[in-house]
Amino acid sequence: MNGGQDLGGMHGFGPVVSEPGKVDYDIKNYHAPWEPRVMGIVVAMGACGQWNIDISRHARESLSPADYMSFSYYKIWTEGLTKLMLERGMVTMEELTTGQVRTPPITVKGRLENSEVWTAVHSLSGAANRPETRNPAFKVGDVVHTINTHTAVHTRLPRYARGRTGEITQVLGFHVFPDSAGNGKGDDPQWLYQVRFSAQELWGEDKNPRDTVTLDLWEPHFEST
Amino acid sequence: MSGGHKNNHRHDHDHGDHSHLSDMDARIRALESLLVEKGYIESAAVDEIVELYETKIGPRNGAHVVAKAWTEPEFEKWLREDATAAIHSLGYTSRQGEHMVAVFNSEDTHHMVVCTLCSCYPWSVLGLPPTWYKSPPYRSRSVIDPRGVLKEFGTVIPENTAVEVHDSTAETRYLVIPQQPAGTENWTAEQLQKLITRNSMIGTSFALTPEQVK
Repeated sequence: MNGGQDLGGMHGFGPVVSEPGKVDYDIKNYHAPWEPRVMGIVVAMGACGQWNIDISRHARESLSPADYMSFSYYKIWTEGLTKLMLERGMVTMEELTTGQVRTPPITVKGRLENSEVWTAVHSLSGAANRPETRNPAFKVGDVVHTINTHTAVHTRLPRYARGRTGEITQVLGFHVFPDSAGNGKGDDPQWLYQVRFSAQELWGEDKNPRDTVTLDLWEPHFEST
Repeated sequence: MSGGHKNNHRHDHDHGDHSHLSDMDARIRALESLLVEKGYIESAAVDEIVELYETKIGPRNGAHVVAKAWTEPEFEKWLREDATAAIHSLGYTSRQGEHMVAVFNSEDTHHMVVCTLCSCYPWSVLGLPPTWYKSPPYRSRSVIDPRGVLKEFGTVIPENTAVEVHDSTAETRYLVIPQQPAGTENWTAEQLQKLITRNSMIGTSFALTPEQVK
């Protein structure tokens, strides 16, 4: 979707503000006490099995663009989580407003227990590759043309790389296709490739002729040859 | 964006956040207790997740990988051919690191990593992303003006060196292997790790020089 999340190539946000003391291992990732709680709650809620990572990304990018671009990062996470829970009846608006339980919980896949956190985090259960059911249609060195699509739902093909010509630089595996999984339509695994585009192809002739951008794209993102 | 956000955008933004801070604090406390009461989460598990990313999973993991690549040619080869297996062999199998690609900086090409669509980042080796990595200025500009962004980090790339930006649009996570600084050829892996900063593994900075850590 052409939402607030699709930021590549926009102007006007100002300089990239690095945090003081670039050489750090100790810089805090949080700016308020509630932020780490949101991080932990969102990770823990994943164990309920009510959505996948692509659906949760789509929930965040469905915020109005003005909100998406002005909310702090963990506020975006909060709004995304809230939307997902409301949609599934896990909580009601009244419960969120009052803080009081008014409805029974829905049946969920599981709950992440304290003692299982290390194992769950290191389990590789989030791996996106799936058993290969066909051969890749493209190989390294092939030239590909991306489709020009402006779907209103979730896609991982950003606007700046639509209708462009690039070269396959790696075959990355047979992976869950977010443009399906993020829209609640199942894994629909597809071959995934690293595709290199020249900066001049993406941004015009005044760019350095040696500069490139790579994106990781799935077979349905390419026009058939 | 509203017209009120002028050249001092970040300041305004932060200011706005602070005025909502107590609201958000109360909202998240209420949310957490509601979810606990409904049986969806356990507060101790949330504590544990936060603690894990504060103390166990961070850029020291990545620095270990890089220093090993600098000092062990066999490991470097493995990292080039199958970064996922090489990194997992060190026990770095945590989430957001399931599928890894290592990119090696050289005199010919400088690599840097972004996620323009959200905030994809190799948590397993670098921990949680810094705020600037997740923010609109970095996400918007790094693909269209990487050299300008790099200059803000004090990183100047010669015109005849290619800059290759990796936009993390899939579950593949990119780790930049910075160039080993001159004069460190006889250093041990442990000594070298001190030169390997988080930003050097995102590609916005070089590894530190021996002089910078004296």
